[in-house]
Amino acid sequence: MAGDPSLEKTKELFLMLEQCGADIIELGVPFSDPLADGPTIQRAAERALKNNVTLKKVVSFVKDIRNVSLTPVILMTYFNPIYKYGISEFISDAATAGVDGIIIPDLPPEEADEIIKLSRKTNIDTIFLLAPTSTENRIKIVASASTGFIYYVSITGITGSNILFDGSMENQINAIRKYTDTPIAVGFGVSGPEDAREVAKMADGVIIGSAIVKKIHEEPATAKEFIKKLREAI
Amino acid sequence: MPALIELEEAYLRSKKDKEFLKELKYLQKNYIGRPTPLYFAKRLTEHLGGAKIYLKREDLAHTGAHKINNAVGQVLLAKRIGKQRVIAETGAGQHGVATSTAAALLGLKCDIYMGTEDMHRQALNVFRMRLLGAQVIEVPVGSKTLKDAINEALRDWTTNVRTTHYVLGTVFGPHPFPVMVRDFQSVIGRETRKQILKAEGKMPDYLIACVGGGSNAMGLFYEFLKEKTKMVGVEAGGKGIDSGQHAARFAGGSIGVFQGCKSYLLQDEDGNVLGTHSVSAGLDYASIGPEHPFLKDSGRVRYTYATDEEALLAFELLSYTEGIIPALESAHAIAEAIKLAPGLHKNETIIVNLSGRGDKDVQQVANIKGIKL
Repeated sequence: MAGDPSLEKTKELFLMLEQCGADIIELGVPFSDPLADGPTIQRAAERALKNNVTLKKVVSFVKDIRNVSLTPVILMTYFNPIYKYGISEFISDAATAGVDGIIIPDLPPEEADEIIKLSRKTNIDTIFLLAPTSTENRIKIVASASTGFIYYVSITGITGSNILFDGSMENQINAIRKYTDTPIAVGFGVSGPEDAREVAKMADGVIIGSAIVKKIHEEPATAKEFIKKLREAI
Repeated sequence: MPALIELEEAYLRSKKDKEFLKELKYLQKNYIGRPTPLYFAKRLTEHLGGAKIYLKREDLAHTGAHKINNAVGQVLLAKRIGKQRVIAETGAGQHGVATSTAAALLGLKCDIYMGTEDMHRQALNVFRMRLLGAQVIEVPVGSKTLKDAINEALRDWTTNVRTTHYVLGTVFGPHPFPVMVRDFQSVIGRETRKQILKAEGKMPDYLIACVGGGSNAMGLFYEFLKEKTKMVGVEAGGKGIDSGQHAARFAGGSIGVFQGCKSYLLQDEDGNVLGTHSVSAGLDYASIGPEHPFLKDSGRVRYTYATDEEALLAFELLSYTEGIIPALESAHAIAEAIKLAPGLHKNETIIVNLSGRGDKDVQQVANIKGIKL
């Protein structure tokens, strides 16, 4: 989460994640009403908002980090901050800053025409979500709107829930592959190296959010070691 | 999205399903107690000395507010599509009570999300819900009011979507909720139309309703949109617009996208949702159902607000002139009638939607007045 506990600290953590071998770094943008998030990310967003961290500040943070790092950066933000920013202004600023992709969990592809069009022009990837309940028709819509990768949500639920390995994930990933060659990354509920290893067997990428945010907040001393273990497991 | 598509399909099917409509009608009549009366408030009219004021008595519906109209409709639908559990958010507690009631009636499991602050100011309704067999889940995050309860209910629905239906209580959220809730509430307007024609032999000149999410207002207005009747929606002015402590989305907000729909929203310049204030928990909400901005922009409905103070005065005035204690939400609509009626001719008629009864608010009003019970 950008700005938790401060943007200076986020910069340190960003470089640490890169050093530990993260292929892509997803930066959370704090929002007052994070509908898709569980308690860990909700609290991180509350702390960041107390520090007055805004979407504008996160975009300039990316611009700044580009002086020292070329690791791909994806912003995960809810739609209203973008809407208020101005969709075309946001996409233009994000592209200039060096943002590589965006995930907007409360924006279905049906409502995303403008963002998709502008993002294609500026080479920003638009990453949409699929879930265990997604129908074949839904898979087609999301697959055609997504670039970079498709975000497969491992469970029906919110970030930081418990993952479930009952074979349904593999089935659903196979179903998605029928419609697209875009890589599929799995997130929501990957809590440690064991989960990460299991997911990596099926998916092209593993997305770990809440577990890292929690570790950094609660046991910062052992965070680096934890992240290295996650990397090794994948 | 699949859940919303499934819901839309089920809802559209139910509208043509004779058996569903028959059962709904039966429950509206025999369980909710519809039609609710349209009552001529003679003493209030005389006191104000202008237009004739009628009250649509939704406070007399079972459970004491209009919320039951939508709750029974949606829980009936949930049962038909095979859900075993319903969840709902609640602000003032009226929608929570209504959903708990409908769930008890139809034998479904029920969990209600409610902000910590609302649980304190509506302790009586919390106990009512528990008596009705529902579990009340406290939401201690954010502003600890209605919007946070909706966030938690949406998170629950996302998690338990296979077994659970989310009974959204107002004309808000993602499609099909705004349309579906409006349709279940529009029984208010259909009855009112017949009743006023019988009483006055003509269409009313004014309709007034309070607007939180906006379901009682849509329920009353919808049937009259094609008539010449003027309509007024009353938001919560709280401690005044300049104070920043209010829930007047039209007077103090701008367009945003929140909880699945695009509408007017109280937000800061970065798109974060602002805290709201109203003496009435049911109006204490940062956004407004998306059909209301449409009606505002087309000029069909005028929107205004009443402050906490004006609502409290209306609460007392209706109590001692008519022997009707209104919900603090509905008192906002009465406050507008108090402003409007004296300037109108005696032949003109105003219908106020008395959306709920005020028993739940008595304790809080006593506290505000510094009276210990």
